Amino acid sequence: MSQGFTRADLERVARLARLELDASEQDLFARQVAGILEYADQIQRVDTTDVEPTSHPPGSVGAMRPDAVRPSLPRGEALAGAPDADIAAGLFKVPRVLG
Amino acid sequence: MEAPFTVAETREAVRSGRASSVEICRAALDRIAAADPGINAFRAVAAERALARAAQLDARGDRATLPLLGVPVAIKDNLCTRGIATTAGSRMLDGYLPPYDADVVERLESAGAVIIGKTNCDEFAMGSSTENSAYGPTRNPWAVDRTPGGSSGGSAAAVAARMVPLSLGSDTGGSIRQPAALCGVVGFKPSYGRVSRYGLIAFASSLDQVGPFATTVMDAALAMDVLAGHDPRDSTSSPAPVPAFARALDESRGELKGVRIGVPRALFTDGVDAGVLAAFDAALDVSRACGAEIVDIALPYNAQAIPVYYIIATAEASANLARYDGVRYGFRAADARSVGEMYERSREGGFGREVKRRIILGTYVLSAGYYDAYYLKAQQVRTLIRRDYDAAFAGVDVIAMPTSPTPAFPLGERTGDPVRMYLSDVFTVSANLAGLPAVTVPCGFAAGRLPVGLQFTGRPMDDSGVLRVADAYERATSWSTERPDARPSSLSR
Repeated sequence: MSQGFTRADLERVARLARLELDASEQDLFARQVAGILEYADQIQRVDTTDVEPTSHPPGSVGAMRPDAVRPSLPRGEALAGAPDADIAAGLFKVPRVLG
Repeated sequence: MEAPFTVAETREAVRSGRASSVEICRAALDRIAAADPGINAFRAVAAERALARAAQLDARGDRATLPLLGVPVAIKDNLCTRGIATTAGSRMLDGYLPPYDADVVERLESAGAVIIGKTNCDEFAMGSSTENSAYGPTRNPWAVDRTPGGSSGGSAAAVAARMVPLSLGSDTGGSIRQPAALCGVVGFKPSYGRVSRYGLIAFASSLDQVGPFATTVMDAALAMDVLAGHDPRDSTSSPAPVPAFARALDESRGELKGVRIGVPRALFTDGVDAGVLAAFDAALDVSRACGAEIVDIALPYNAQAIPVYYIIATAEASANLARYDGVRYGFRAADARSVGEMYERSREGGFGREVKRRIILGTYVLSAGYYDAYYLKAQQVRTLIRRDYDAAFAGVDVIAMPTSPTPAFPLGERTGDPVRMYLSDVFTVSANLAGLPAVTVPCGFAAGRLPVGLQFTGRPMDDSGVLRVADAYERATSWSTERPDARPSSLSR
């Protein structure tokens, strides 16, 4: 499988992950991720016919709670950690989206 | 008489009035000031806040009811502390002040513990050496030219160097147990669901668990009596009844008659250090002398645990770390001309290399055309690993393994080779994949005076069972009284 991990794959995945990479990182990660996948390919030899996947430790999912209104984080506190915000208006600020 | 240090000693001293919370707190701050410049275990020391808190405790009338009265605690920097900067070792969260406390922080403070500061860790808990912190590596108190392990290396080193008697870490694939082993202290990863993750900065949500570091198993049990319990704010938190952890140790008194310990010896292959294996085998003899029966078992699919772990953990991490987009908190790159450019450049500037590497890998194994071959396949092998444990626990009560295949390794030795670094976790990741409780306890030294850890893994939710077996071993030996001298390893031999 790992022979498939190319520079083009890296660029595609970086785009999906919204991650800009500089040239040295592109060289390094293309090589290292291919190496990690080559190592990980040993699991392809395991027979998993009719084996169900495990997404969580058993018994750990499906908790329910009453659908009751509860206090949440005050708006000012939620905005306090933002790199750019208009606290008075209650807004996060980002670069212009529409021209 | 020596000043109180352990959790058990401290709370008794403060309850009886032989020491005040403020005196205990000052002593811890003095030890940190003296020892930490050479170790870098702490990201932040909240001295004024801690002293004010200790003074409040000394003024209270109900002190005798508080189970961790006056105990100074250090908190891994990926657990939210209201008003104390929480960075998760990342430039992305430089200076971030959480608006709330993690559940475990609330529980500790309600129990009378004093939060003394935040400890260094690999960025977003991704690493096995604490070298991936954006704020410099932590050094191993036993050999300052070596790593303390990771990712909770600061929490392990702070206890090992006797700066604090108790600290918290998080364990996604060994991040409590491996540094505890390499630093010669006790580290406990509870069962999945036993301790709330509310306020833990998420890495891999089907694996992450919070737990304590201490110098004795009893201290870890005293901490678990406070940390464990249901929290409706974490949907994976278990509603199962919480046992009395410390009382169970008092009752069993180190007696292991009728306890069966399984040993999966076929897993101990070439990569395991001979000194580690010698210490492990000697430890089994001690457990046998306490009354336990040692039984050979097989965990064949454990040989796949590292690839399975690094596929599942990175897939989950790639989703969890999507939240760092430069909008609501954290680092934002300057002068981006569009929202997309702001996301991409903020993530480029805020994340370090190991985090980027894992986001790339995790995004790839989830992407169209590769999902079935990697992510789904890994989840299926995860099922087989879990079944191995189920089969083994039909015949044994706990499973013993070395915690780490090697003792502490030199700074820089593995940073250029991700697979080699990942193999540091070969004996720890499968407990996370199966959601099992696992503890490490010091069991001697290798390569001179580098600590070795003995790991016991137990049935789902049998947290008390693994602590009991570790406590029996500790009572029969004296390793927990050994202290590091914070010199380079070449001098300590």
